[in-house]
Amino acid sequence: MGHGHRTLVECELTMGTVTVPRHKMTLAERLYLPAIWAGMRLTFRRMFRPSVTIQYPEQTHDFLANYRGAPGLVRDEDGREKCVACQLCEFICPPKAIQIVPGEIEDADHSRSHVEREPKAFEIDMLRCIYCGYCEEICPEQAIFMTDEYRLTGSEREDFVYDKDRLYELGGTMKGLPKKWEGK
Amino acid sequence: MTDLLVHVVKILVVFHVVLIVVAYMTLAERKVSAWMQERVGPNRVGFRGLLQPIADGLKFIFKEEMVPGHVDKLIYTLAPVFVMVPAFLGMAVIPFGRELHLPFLDAPVPMVIADLDVGILFVLAISSLSVYGIVLGGWASNSKYSMMGGIRSSAQMISYEVCMGLSLIGLFLLDESLSLMEVVRLQAEGDGWWHIFNQPVPFVIFLIAGFAETNRLPFDMPEAETELVAGYHTEYSSMKFAMFFMGEYAAMVVFSMLITALFLGGYDIPFVDWAAHDSLGWDLLAILSFAVKVAAFLFLFLWIRWTLPRFRFDQLMDLGWKIFLPATLGWILITGAWVTVIEPWWSAS
Repeated sequence: MGHGHRTLVECELTMGTVTVPRHKMTLAERLYLPAIWAGMRLTFRRMFRPSVTIQYPEQTHDFLANYRGAPGLVRDEDGREKCVACQLCEFICPPKAIQIVPGEIEDADHSRSHVEREPKAFEIDMLRCIYCGYCEEICPEQAIFMTDEYRLTGSEREDFVYDKDRLYELGGTMKGLPKKWEGK
Repeated sequence: MTDLLVHVVKILVVFHVVLIVVAYMTLAERKVSAWMQERVGPNRVGFRGLLQPIADGLKFIFKEEMVPGHVDKLIYTLAPVFVMVPAFLGMAVIPFGRELHLPFLDAPVPMVIADLDVGILFVLAISSLSVYGIVLGGWASNSKYSMMGGIRSSAQMISYEVCMGLSLIGLFLLDESLSLMEVVRLQAEGDGWWHIFNQPVPFVIFLIAGFAETNRLPFDMPEAETELVAGYHTEYSSMKFAMFFMGEYAAMVVFSMLITALFLGGYDIPFVDWAAHDSLGWDLLAILSFAVKVAAFLFLFLWIRWTLPRFRFDQLMDLGWKIFLPATLGWILITGAWVTVIEPWWSAS
């Protein structure tokens, strides 16, 4: 003693221990039977509750409006693509999942050529996408939205690079958005 | 000739019925656990998942049979058989009904495969054999988890075997017979008291010991998933694993049949005077009544499993040796005193 070793009594004095009184078990508690009965009553009652299971392929969760699934491109009611290939989403995209090739609109009747730009190619690599929703947030044309789709499947990496057609298929038609280019 | 034929038909029918019950117990286990956890359970194979056992069986048969290189081949292969066979053997002496008055047979057919005079001793002897399968399986697997499972199982089964056997002595003091058929008949047609009422303590002890004997939760120490991976069947795969599994369920079914026969009057329905009814309809009703009681016990097995957590091993041993053993011995004393002293004095005065 006295060479760095302390006795138990010294430890108690210096460490400020608190002795927690241990509750003495009653006979009923020691028999366990009332507790077992309570547990069994609980599990039996649960059997008659409605199940919380979602039958997955047929049913899915109800999504909140701001759910962020895979991003998709949308058309308006007239079937016009809203994207004008400004490439802001491509620039903001943190994992650089988006690649756009912009081009000039060349339509025969000049009904849309005043919009000037459209994406000739629009690709999102869903394996790179982190579903942050920045593309939707930054888009000045409200052309790209985070959809409810989270079940992306494919057998090769290439299957996850969504081209323009598949992105429009994902996004579908978005009604009621302002038509910026109408009558300009 | 007809005698032999009747016996063969009886054996085939009972064996297959128990096999089907065992198969559907696996489904019942999953369904009941699902309901208790507010899920739906398997519901894709067949109507509401009713064909699930068949799918499971096919899967087990087609799975790869893995035999690890470090096992003792012969014993490793035999062990599942040692678990399954005794489990099924036990039902040979358990009466599952009264007797069947078939119109095309002269004598009524007793609803038990073999009415042994030492029936209950036979069941106890056979059911304790299945521990060999588990111990040998665990030992032959040559891996630490299997070994641990096997050792625990043997310790547990030997401990509970003692109070299981002793708890029944009170019954025999009252009935003066070891034949299960006779025990059931006395409950149904004798004074009509089911043994659960005049032997309540042995009933509880026998029931709990039965849980320990069949390695079911809360006494599933031998295969405690959280500690021993899967215990004695860690190294088993495919149909060999399935045989361990079927052995466990068959032991449950046989135990339920046994406790029904011993304590719940077998086929008896309260307030029915069986001597007055000997038509085929009543015979079938007797079998149905037995089946309902067995089903209730099987449900109890599932219910307990999905409610209670596992015991600690030392708690298990404490319960077996320090509580159940004195309790059974005390009960034997009480029953003995009743039979030899109190009851004669009571009826004399």
